[in-house]
Amino acid sequence: MSGKITLIIDGQEIEAEIGQTILDAADAAGVYIPRLCAMKGLSPHGSCRVCTVHVNGRPQAACTQPVAPGMSIENETPELKAHRVSVIDMLFVEGNHYCMFCEKSGNCELQAVAYRLGILAPQHDYMFPCRGVDASHPEVFIDGNRCILCGRCVRASQELDNKNVFQFVGRGIHKRLTFNAPNNLSQTDLAGIDKAVDSCPVGAILRKGTAFSVPIGQRLYDNEPIGSEIESGRRTNDRQV
Amino acid sequence: MSTKITIEPVTRVEGHGKVTIHLDDNNQVERARLHIVEFRGFERFIQGRPFWEVPVTIQRLCGICPVSHHLAAAKAMDRIVGVDVLTPVAEKMRRLMHYGQIFQSHSLHFFHLCSPDLLFGFDADVAIRNVIGVAQKHPELAVQGVMMRKYGQEIIKATAGKKIHGTGAIPGGINKNLSIEERDALLKDIDQQIEWAQGAVKLAQDYTVSHLDEALAFANFPSHHLSLVREDGAMDLYHGNLRAIDAAGETVFDQVDYANYTNYIAEEVRDYSYMKFPYIKSIGPEDGWYRVGPLARVNACNFIDTPLAEASRQAFMAVTEGKPNNLSLAYHWARMIEVLHAVEKIQLLLHDPDLQGTDLLLKGDRREEAVGLIEAPRGTLFHHYKVNEGGQVTMCNLIVSTTNNNEPMNRAVESVAKTYLSGQTITEGLLNHVEVAIRAYDPCLSCATHALGRMPLEVQVLDREGSVLDRRATR
Repeated sequence: MSGKITLIIDGQEIEAEIGQTILDAADAAGVYIPRLCAMKGLSPHGSCRVCTVHVNGRPQAACTQPVAPGMSIENETPELKAHRVSVIDMLFVEGNHYCMFCEKSGNCELQAVAYRLGILAPQHDYMFPCRGVDASHPEVFIDGNRCILCGRCVRASQELDNKNVFQFVGRGIHKRLTFNAPNNLSQTDLAGIDKAVDSCPVGAILRKGTAFSVPIGQRLYDNEPIGSEIESGRRTNDRQV
Repeated sequence: MSTKITIEPVTRVEGHGKVTIHLDDNNQVERARLHIVEFRGFERFIQGRPFWEVPVTIQRLCGICPVSHHLAAAKAMDRIVGVDVLTPVAEKMRRLMHYGQIFQSHSLHFFHLCSPDLLFGFDADVAIRNVIGVAQKHPELAVQGVMMRKYGQEIIKATAGKKIHGTGAIPGGINKNLSIEERDALLKDIDQQIEWAQGAVKLAQDYTVSHLDEALAFANFPSHHLSLVREDGAMDLYHGNLRAIDAAGETVFDQVDYANYTNYIAEEVRDYSYMKFPYIKSIGPEDGWYRVGPLARVNACNFIDTPLAEASRQAFMAVTEGKPNNLSLAYHWARMIEVLHAVEKIQLLLHDPDLQGTDLLLKGDRREEAVGLIEAPRGTLFHHYKVNEGGQVTMCNLIVSTTNNNEPMNRAVESVAKTYLSGQTITEGLLNHVEVAIRAYDPCLSCATHALGRMPLEVQVLDREGSVLDRRATR
């Protein structure tokens, strides 16, 4: 089924195509809904819950919920902002996110969303996990303590690279990223040019030899907040992979 | 009964320290010690991190001279990625960053930390003898200090991306050049900065010459002097080879490739301080200690390759008839000579078209171990790393400038205590003089122990059994 419908986001009427998700429709209309696990070109995952909006009063993940006629969507409300702040805050304290020396700083979506939401310090106690690093691969470095379990690398490897390098193990607070190999990343078929490497929104999966090569002031989010591209109609916020 | 005096905390220095003065049964000073009582452990927790992250991480040791740590680590990591000679734009951008750092750090120290002592006298009322007092009595100097520091910080921002804890130097090069707009903005103020730097040299020179008798009686003791020098013997604050001279100016070693520093320098651990005690191996721990920093550098070099600073150096050396100057209070004059040298270098670099080049980065064959040295504002800074095949740091050893000056600072405190301590009581005069002696070395105790926090001084008097008889703190 295809065709155009209208729906309302924060009182503004927008046009959407049947089959789109709320997130896609909002992007096309220049309305930014914060997100982390969602990425253009990948199937929706609905795991980070940062994009939660109220659809006719009920919370829904904008990245997985298809549009439907008559939807009235709330995106920018104090309640939803508080919810997003809480989710982002928990992602920060569950990992070791030291922005001051992380090479992803300035290009990091977690940091950028936090700045956009005005988060200056965490509300919860740090958990200081010790998940370790994997430096075995000649071209890729993994810092497990920065992984936010968004699953973008898992999906990118499967859907775009036609591989199956990354997977999750464990449940709940014990869930973590692992590799499809007995010991370390170098035993997988991951290549440095794989799109899975680019898909990481934080500093967990890094391409060796590229750190700090972009000077401060020229990094992705140095000059305007994340989502500005969507709001200005440039539509380049989501990295195309 | 023997006693011990403690001064804690030491003020107007970078970090947190404590001084104890031990008295014998006749209330004579037996020994005095500067204690560095904080610990941070950078050398340990950097292990396991990727080497390319280190120049950015390790600079967090310090908020005063992060550029020095950034560049010393980057120089080591250049060698790790197999690059021995950078492209001209990379080397010159780093030099510009470094001269900006020297300029701002020395200006901060001279105008804000030391000038109250020099302008008002060591015994002046503490209510006046501070930076606010300088701003009220000598507003033009206070403003100069602020503006000179700002200029240095602007250079750091233009080269490293931001004023504190930037990212400019990366293994094998630099991540940006200097745009025409950035260059022109800095050139606009360069003449004023040179004029102010000349004024600062004159102020320090006039003070030292007019207080020479006092300086000769104040923490004046012979020492070795260590610094990097260029191959032709010129002062070079960014790169060179190691030279050590003795108190009379005789060479101990010269043109030593700093990659082999462990053959020449060793460190001793003592139980009362987290700061180690380096010494020249061939002489041994007892007598092999040395000074670093502005005094050592001006003493050790054959000449300075910028004309105004060289003229100042000649005036400086004339005081001691060409022999090394061993007066702790002469550090201030030497420091201002370096301020002038740094700003002359900045002027030359700003006119150098290489800084607008685009060839920023080189790569070579990976190495597993490397040393990076630089002349930081406070003295010679050693960074030594081992890196595994995957790129993780497996060993890190840092000998920071203040650590190199550890023994001289202890000697300075002891010398001053012997002169100014009377009885078992810590007088204001003693406290002031001990602080002035330590401050002359511009110690950064945060760096030295890789420690965190404020840096006030406490002095204690203790008896032979270690009981505290008197204590006095300044803040």
